[in-house]
Amino acid sequence: MVISIASGKGGTGKTTVACGLASVINNCVYIDCDVEEPNGHILLKPKITLEESSYKIIPKINNDLCNFCNKCTEVCEYNALLNFKTEIYLIDELCHSCGACTYFCSQKAITEVKKENGKIRVGETSNNILFYDAYLKIGEASAAPLIKKVKHRYDGNRPVVIDSPPGTSCSMLEAVKNSDFCVLVTESTPFGFNDLKLAINVLRQINIPYGIVINKYDENFSLLDEYIHDNKLNLLLRIPFRMDIAESYSKGKLPTETVKDYKVMMVDLIEKIKKEIVEKEYA
Amino acid sequence: MLDKHYKQIVILSGKGGTGKTTVATALSEIAEDKVVIDTDVDAANMHLVFDYYTNAEYDYYGGKKAEINPNKCSQCGMCESVCRFDAIKDFKVNRTSCEGCGFCFRVCPDNAISFYESKSGVYSECELEDQSKFYYAQLLAGEGNSGKLVSEIKRKAYEQVKENVKWIIIDGPPGIGCPVNASLSGADFVVIVTEPTQSGLHDLKRLINLFNIFKIPSGVIINKYDINTDMSNGIEEFIRPEGIPLLAKIPFDKKFIKAIQNSKSIIEYDYTYIEKFKTIWNDIQKNILN
Repeated sequence: MVISIASGKGGTGKTTVACGLASVINNCVYIDCDVEEPNGHILLKPKITLEESSYKIIPKINNDLCNFCNKCTEVCEYNALLNFKTEIYLIDELCHSCGACTYFCSQKAITEVKKENGKIRVGETSNNILFYDAYLKIGEASAAPLIKKVKHRYDGNRPVVIDSPPGTSCSMLEAVKNSDFCVLVTESTPFGFNDLKLAINVLRQINIPYGIVINKYDENFSLLDEYIHDNKLNLLLRIPFRMDIAESYSKGKLPTETVKDYKVMMVDLIEKIKKEIVEKEYA
Repeated sequence: MLDKHYKQIVILSGKGGTGKTTVATALSEIAEDKVVIDTDVDAANMHLVFDYYTNAEYDYYGGKKAEINPNKCSQCGMCESVCRFDAIKDFKVNRTSCEGCGFCFRVCPDNAISFYESKSGVYSECELEDQSKFYYAQLLAGEGNSGKLVSEIKRKAYEQVKENVKWIIIDGPPGIGCPVNASLSGADFVVIVTEPTQSGLHDLKRLINLFNIFKIPSGVIINKYDINTDMSNGIEEFIRPEGIPLLAKIPFDKKFIKAIQNSKSIIEYDYTYIEKFKTIWNDIQKNILN
C-alpha cells in the first residue's frame, strides 16, 4: 500500500498530515519527497542510521579525442552542450542524463560520469517508522531525479507514506506516480481551492484515485465545499483551524502526540483510505 | 552597458504557505511605476487577488514529445532500450514520462517515431487598474521545464518594460530548485517571507545558502511572528550574524485569511495595514539603494 500526500499549494499541511498518518499506521515507511525543503524529519525526529550521496549521470568529453563534428550538440535537445571548436562545454544544470550524446559520438570521445546531486538519509523513529528523506544539493536545479532515487530506495512490502513537494509540475508528478491513493491537503482559501483543482488535474491524467482533506477548515469559505459536493469528490476529513495544532507544529511537535483529538482524526483518515483502496481493488 | 532603469525584487520563502503572495500583492499595490510578475508557474495565485484586464495570452512550448506510429513500427524494441525515463512500454510513449530527449526518435531504424513541439503551458500579459503590467503563467498539469517558463515570461516582461518603470516585483515559487533559480536571475534584492516554525527556519537556512551562491542581498519578514515568539527570536538571532536585515514582523491576524477569502489584498481589505506595508516598502527601497 502506497499513499501519497500532495497539495498544489504549499503550506496547507501536507507534512503534518503525512507524518500524522505514518504515526498511526503499523510498521510504516515514511518517504519525504520534498527534496528541496524536506521537513518531515522535524516532526518525526528519526535517528539517522545512514547518509549517502546521490548522483546524476553527466557526459564527460575528452577534447583530445573529439573532432568537433557537432553531433553531440545537435542531438542534445536541452542545449546543454556548447561547441567552442577547441572544447565542448557542458552546462550540467541543463543536462537530463538522457545519454544521447554519448551514444551518437562517432569518436567515442564521451564517457558518462557521476555527479553528486544530493544526499539521501535513512533512519528510524522511536515508534518504528522507517524513515527516508533527501536533500537536493543547493544550486542544483532539477529535483525530479533525486525524488525518483529516494522513492525507489525502499523496495519492501511495508505500507508507505509519501510526502510530496508542493506544486503540480514534474516534481509533484514524480512523487505521486504509482501510488495506490493520493490524499490532497487543501485549505479554506481561494488559493488552496485554485491549486487543489490543478493538483486534481495531474492525478486524473495519471489515473490515481484521490481524496481531499481540508485543513484549517473555515465554514465561511463555502465555495470549496460546494465544489466538492457538486463534483462528487471524495472528502475524507475536515481539520478545523486551531491554535493548539499550529503551536504544536511550530515547535516541531507532531500533533498526534500533543493534541488529543488529532490522533483520532488520523486513525479515522487511514481507515477511510484503506477502505477506498480495497474498494478500488475489487471494483 | 547602460545601467538598467529598474530594480528587480523577488519574494521567496523556501517553505510554502508562509505568506509570499500576501506580502507580494500588498507591496505591489503600494509600489508605483512597477511591473508585477507571478513566477509560481505551477500554482499561480496572484491573479486571484488582483483586478486586472488580460491583454494577450501566449502558448508556451517547453519541449518536445515523441510519438510512435504503429503502422511503421517493426517492434524491434530499440526505442525502449535507449529510453532512460521509462517512457516507452509496449511500443507506446507515455506522454507524462517523456522528457523530450529525442533519443528514441534518432535511433529508430523504421523512422516510426515523430518528435514534435508540445504545448506545456500558457502565460498572460495583463494590465492592473493603475495600468501597470502584470504577468502570470500556468504550467500544464505535471509538466517539467518550469524554470524555462519562468525565464520566458520574464523575457516577455523585459521586452515591454517602459522607461518609467522603476520596480519589477516578482512573486516567486516555494523551494530552492529550477523555477526559483530562474526567478532569481537578474534580481537586485530578495524579500524572504518566513514563519516562526521549525520548518520555516530550516527552509530559510537552505534558501540563504542559495543566495550566498548567487550573491544576492536579501531581507527577512517574519510572518505570524506571535504564533511562537521563541522561534521568532531564534530566526532573528540566526539572520543577524549573517548580515541579513529584519524588514518586518507581522502578527498572526485572521484578517489575512479573510482578505484572501474575499479575493482582496490585505491593504484593500483592512486600511490599517496600509501604513505597515508602506513602512516595509520604504525599508526595502532603503536596503536596495544602500
